[in-house]
Amino acid sequence: MLNFMPQIPIAQWTTDFVGWLTSTFSFLFNPIKDHFGSFMAWTANTIYSIPPVIIILLVAGLAFFITGKKFGLAAFSIVGLWLIYNQGLWEELTFTFTLVMLASVLSILIGVPVGILMSKSKTADALLRPVLDFMQTMPAFVYLIPAVAFFGIGMVPGVFASLIFATPPTVRLTNLGIRQVPTELVEASDAFGSTGQQKLFKVELPMARTTIMAGINQTVMLALSMVVIASMIGAPGLGREVLSALQRAQVGPGFVAGLGIVILAIIIDRLTQSVNDKK
Amino acid sequence: MANIKVEGLTKIFGKKPSQGMKLLKQGKSKDEILNETGLTVGVNQASFEVQDSEIFVIMGLSGSGKSTLVRLLNRLIEPTAGKVWIDGENLAEMNDKDLREVRRKKMSMVFQKFGLFPFRTIIENVEYGLEIQGIDPSARKKKAMESLELVGLKGYENQLPDQLSGGMQQRVGLARALANDPSVLLMDEAFSALDPLIRKDMQDELLDLQVKMQKTIIFITHDLDEALRIGDRITIMKDGEIVQVGTPEEILVHPADDYVERFVEDVDRSKILTAGHIMKRPETVNIEKHGPRVALERMREEGLSTILVVDNQRNLKGYVSADDASMALKNDVNSLQSLLKNDIPKVDKETPMQEIFAIIHDIQTPVAVVENDRLVGIIVRGALIAALAQDSEVKTENA
Repeated sequence: MLNFMPQIPIAQWTTDFVGWLTSTFSFLFNPIKDHFGSFMAWTANTIYSIPPVIIILLVAGLAFFITGKKFGLAAFSIVGLWLIYNQGLWEELTFTFTLVMLASVLSILIGVPVGILMSKSKTADALLRPVLDFMQTMPAFVYLIPAVAFFGIGMVPGVFASLIFATPPTVRLTNLGIRQVPTELVEASDAFGSTGQQKLFKVELPMARTTIMAGINQTVMLALSMVVIASMIGAPGLGREVLSALQRAQVGPGFVAGLGIVILAIIIDRLTQSVNDKK
Repeated sequence: MANIKVEGLTKIFGKKPSQGMKLLKQGKSKDEILNETGLTVGVNQASFEVQDSEIFVIMGLSGSGKSTLVRLLNRLIEPTAGKVWIDGENLAEMNDKDLREVRRKKMSMVFQKFGLFPFRTIIENVEYGLEIQGIDPSARKKKAMESLELVGLKGYENQLPDQLSGGMQQRVGLARALANDPSVLLMDEAFSALDPLIRKDMQDELLDLQVKMQKTIIFITHDLDEALRIGDRITIMKDGEIVQVGTPEEILVHPADDYVERFVEDVDRSKILTAGHIMKRPETVNIEKHGPRVALERMREEGLSTILVVDNQRNLKGYVSADDASMALKNDVNSLQSLLKNDIPKVDKETPMQEIFAIIHDIQTPVAVVENDRLVGIIVRGALIAALAQDSEVKTENA
């Protein structure tokens, strides 16, 4: 009874569509792959060329001031980063950090404006909401396939996949944050004759700041988790160590690389949260 | 400077307001339209005029459409139909740019929950209206300081709003609205969130400020006492419609319908009513025509123990008591002159009831109401109590 029609070739359609995208937009994808790829490599190398001691001290100093002159996170950063260095994973850490940072920055650059658009336009909100749901619920591995098709292997497809996976929280929470600004403040802003832009920058965004920062924190954490998965398509970094340990069933090295990711995650998470707590 | 004229201003909430508009024109009520179409009538064809430098109070219970009405005036809510004339321009049909100009230069608003920006300091809040006009920092700071000084908040400029009490926050709200030097102030339940004592202070202060500023103020409230205290004229709204527009006195003494009457029932009438409202036509004898016999006869007819004595011009001469009059009859005295007593309290028509209570408290005679020595009425204890109870007799006496 359910066989009233033959199998719908969704898989074939998708393959064809991605193939069409790849060939049609190769003029766009290829320069991105080349330029962005070399920019990322350059960034990672620059960071790697700075002596680890200086970086550890910089991070600790940042942690100290951002958390309101408390020593906890600063001390943790020093010990944690030293441990990663001690385990011989410093270079991997640099790559992972570069990937997370660039993926997050791009996610935020795209996510905040899209969130603003959704908060201002009911149509945009209705159209984009299901797209965001789709982006977040589709297993992250699936994005790796078109990413490879578009950008080959390496860091660039890793950033692309993490962009898709990590942007939704920033979009959602920017949208939410602006919609939650008390009506009276929006009215006050309007009643004094603000233009749309003045209202946005002088009232709505400052009021929504905490909510948007919560979204950004989520985005950074998701980017970090995606960067590990992206090692499967050749993105270098701590994730690659985890993957190779998995393939060779080496519990020890796997654990050490995993620990490195945890340390990085804790430092990034606490840092981005503290920015929010500050008055 | 600025008078505002509102004609047929209507707001219908819902998907097809034009449909509701048609039904309104047919005279259907808010409830009928809701049942038929699912549309909510916020404001139903309101028309009124506000004079320059007037405090115009719009009052009604929650859901009466008063907050919607005030937002239609500066188009925070888009009107469905109708016109808002300000200085000869129709605000309801203005383009966005002109509307912004009006909001920046002519109309400011004060909000119920203050509407202060929590991340801006007090002075930055007050500067907001000037800042978005692109006025340079030193000039706008100077204006904002003047405005803060006006509301008595000098010295608080670098605090954040949540460091101030409610009353002070609303002063900031007021200062922010005044900084633009608008000719019209819209105040939406501006004092409703404050506790009663502070609220009274703020009302007094607004009245003091108004003497200096001479703004046109449109004040929304659900509190009749507040409306009566500060309003030059009061509009009463119900179900989106204007039920009555009038001076506080007109509203109290001649409520337009049962709704308004029930509204004014709870008012402390002793603060608003004056001798002129509660006085009665006096029973008198004329000293130039009448003697003790007539005086005694009148007192017996009316069941009085004293009667007022006037001359041909109705100037008050004094009163005689029944005892003195009957003594005079026995002694064959034919003139009232020798019987006259003068210790009768006199008030004029504008004396508030509260003061009359104090006077009438420990005397036996009635209180005479005079205008340039001419007797115009008397007040007896019974009339005072009747006025407080809003006896219908009081109304008809003054109708």
